[in-house]
Amino acid sequence: MLALEKLKKAPDGKIDKNKPESQGISVFSHRHTGVLDVKKIFSRPKSLKDVPFHYCPGCGHSVIHRLVCEVIDELGIQDRTIGVPPAGCAVLAYNYFDLDMCEAPHGRAAAVATGIKRMLPDHVVFTYQGDGDIAAIGTAETIHAANRGERVTCIFVNNAVYGMTGGQMAPTTLPGQVTTTSPGGRKPLRDGNPLDLSAMLALAAGSVFIERTTVANPKGVNRTKKAIRKAFQAQLDDKGFSLVEVLSPCPTNWKMSPVDSITWVEETMSKIFPIQVIKDVA
Amino acid sequence: MSAKTLMRGTHVLGEAAIRSGCRAYFGYPITPQNELPEYMASEFAKRSDGVFVQAESEIASINMVIGASATGARVMTSSSSPGVSLKQEGISYLAAMELPAVIVNMMRGGPGLGNIAPAQGDYFQATRGGGHGDYRVIVLSPAYGQEIADMTRQAVDQADKYRTPVMIRGDGMMGQMMEPVVFPEPIDPASLPVKEWALTGAKDRPSRIIRSLWLDPPKEEELNWRLMRKYEAITEEISDQEAYLCEDADIVIVAYGTAARIAKGAVHRVRSHGVKAGLYRPKTLWPFPGSLLASMSRDLDNIVVFEMSAGQMVEDVRLSVEGKCPVTFYGRPGGVVSTPEEISGVLTSVSAGKAKKSA
Ligand SMILES: Cc1ncc(C[n+]2csc(CCOP(=O)(O)OP(=O)(O)O)c2C)c(N)n1
Ligand code: SF4
Ligand SMILES: [Mg+2]
Repeated sequence: MLALEKLKKAPDGKIDKNKPESQGISVFSHRHTGVLDVKKIFSRPKSLKDVPFHYCPGCGHSVIHRLVCEVIDELGIQDRTIGVPPAGCAVLAYNYFDLDMCEAPHGRAAAVATGIKRMLPDHVVFTYQGDGDIAAIGTAETIHAANRGERVTCIFVNNAVYGMTGGQMAPTTLPGQVTTTSPGGRKPLRDGNPLDLSAMLALAAGSVFIERTTVANPKGVNRTKKAIRKAFQAQLDDKGFSLVEVLSPCPTNWKMSPVDSITWVEETMSKIFPIQVIKDVA
Repeated sequence: MSAKTLMRGTHVLGEAAIRSGCRAYFGYPITPQNELPEYMASEFAKRSDGVFVQAESEIASINMVIGASATGARVMTSSSSPGVSLKQEGISYLAAMELPAVIVNMMRGGPGLGNIAPAQGDYFQATRGGGHGDYRVIVLSPAYGQEIADMTRQAVDQADKYRTPVMIRGDGMMGQMMEPVVFPEPIDPASLPVKEWALTGAKDRPSRIIRSLWLDPPKEEELNWRLMRKYEAITEEISDQEAYLCEDADIVIVAYGTAARIAKGAVHRVRSHGVKAGLYRPKTLWPFPGSLLASMSRDLDNIVVFEMSAGQMVEDVRLSVEGKCPVTFYGRPGGVVSTPEEISGVLTSVSAGKAKKSA
């Protein structure tokens, strides 16, 4: 009855409808009546809209959306959270997050988030950005938001390619990785090296929590959720800039099966981008 | 009514913006407008409800404007020509997202890094949209200190009313000049109507989205036509000009901003020599106030367009006049400031039938 214990029970034994239900299905006997209830305790988070995702099968974006929403629900901040989606495969994120959402031009999410947060300091503001968005065109905005210690949270989805535009080389593309614009594989002295933006951001005095995780396996998913929660908490505690970089499969542009994509994250990508807490002074 | 104050143009702009309920400023240093962000920084430091951020670039600052405006705040940014070029992507987004904002351009000599002298070479950029896509920006062109104060209030109000970016155009000369000004009464932002579209957190209401992406072409077309209807209404409602000594004029000089002040001096000079000259000064550059000029043009012998550029507004004048009267252009680009004597020479020779070539 572990699942039952995890349920947020009100003193009268009834289920608190406002508490997030993310633990699975459980059957239990009502304490007072003895009647068997079937309670659905794994369902869509409240702050995730009930619409089908457009993401490819095996894509990490869907999982990461869900994790962000679970954290928002658990923190009880849906009604004061404002999200900033990117230009990238997650450009339509505002169709999925049941939150106030403000689009940003490609790469400028950290600046848009700064504008929102400065006007509404009691609100929670997060950006959701791909690696091209945050680590190429938006590098300056991101570094300076971190340096100013903006109390915003960035969800940085690193899939080592430009997904939306059809799999071109990204700043995070690995040496040797074949993309549509590095057809013979990325050559560092010609095409540059994978950029570790998270490590750069950790150097900024205004950043307080930066962790790299992955959603390529269940352990990683759990860890990602915890990291997202810590990052939001750092913002709620008014500490400074926080970011979670999530290594995320893009089977379509990697031209791999979803299963092979997972292996590639675990065995290849995470060698260059190690899963680790990069900074935690929150 | 507040008392008369002697103030430089950039400070007038800042003070008028604050009195108009503007509580957020995002900018990046560039000459000749630095006194404006400096003024905002020092004024907002004195109060608890003002937000000033010196951004890392003009790109960042216009995107901070997007974010702040999305929350419903009255918000301003300023720059000078090269910096305004960097803001253009963001301005296109503001127009598409139908977000209010005030953008100040204290124009300088260009193209490229150019120089910091007063110039008017950014007329096309401002009045044709400037960034990508089918959109327009309201462009206000003050010429006097008092007008800077009044137009700043107008800009902030029009931005909210039409949910559109509004640009105020000046130059370094206007920004530095000290002139007496009576400021509008201050507005308490809390007293302004609630913006039903603003992002404030989805509390006790459905969530809201501010976006510019419409992947379905008919939806994007719908946005475009909605914008066009809005621009038609703006053209009807706010086109504005000063027609000075135009009633009996044979020759009219069309000029805006600093150039118009020089032209006014020239009008006085040539009138004292018997040339019946008038000044037509667009106060809104977009919408271009061409209809009065068009109706006057039948009775004129000559129109002279004077710009501190190689000739940009002259196209709007010709489009308005439609050949009903000869239009001569005289311009000094690159930050050169003409004297009233120089311009009166132009008026005299054009009215005597010998059009003077641009220097
Ligand atoms: C100014 C500008 N340049 C280029 C683009 C085209 N563009 C859209 S998304 C994107 C990159 C997406 O890659 P990434 O940020 O890694 O996100 P992903 O799709 O991989 O999740 C690009 C280059 C754009 N929208 N705006
Ligand atoms: S292209 Fe890649 S990142 Fe984009 S939805 Fe498909 S799998 Fe996901
Ligand atoms: Mg990517």
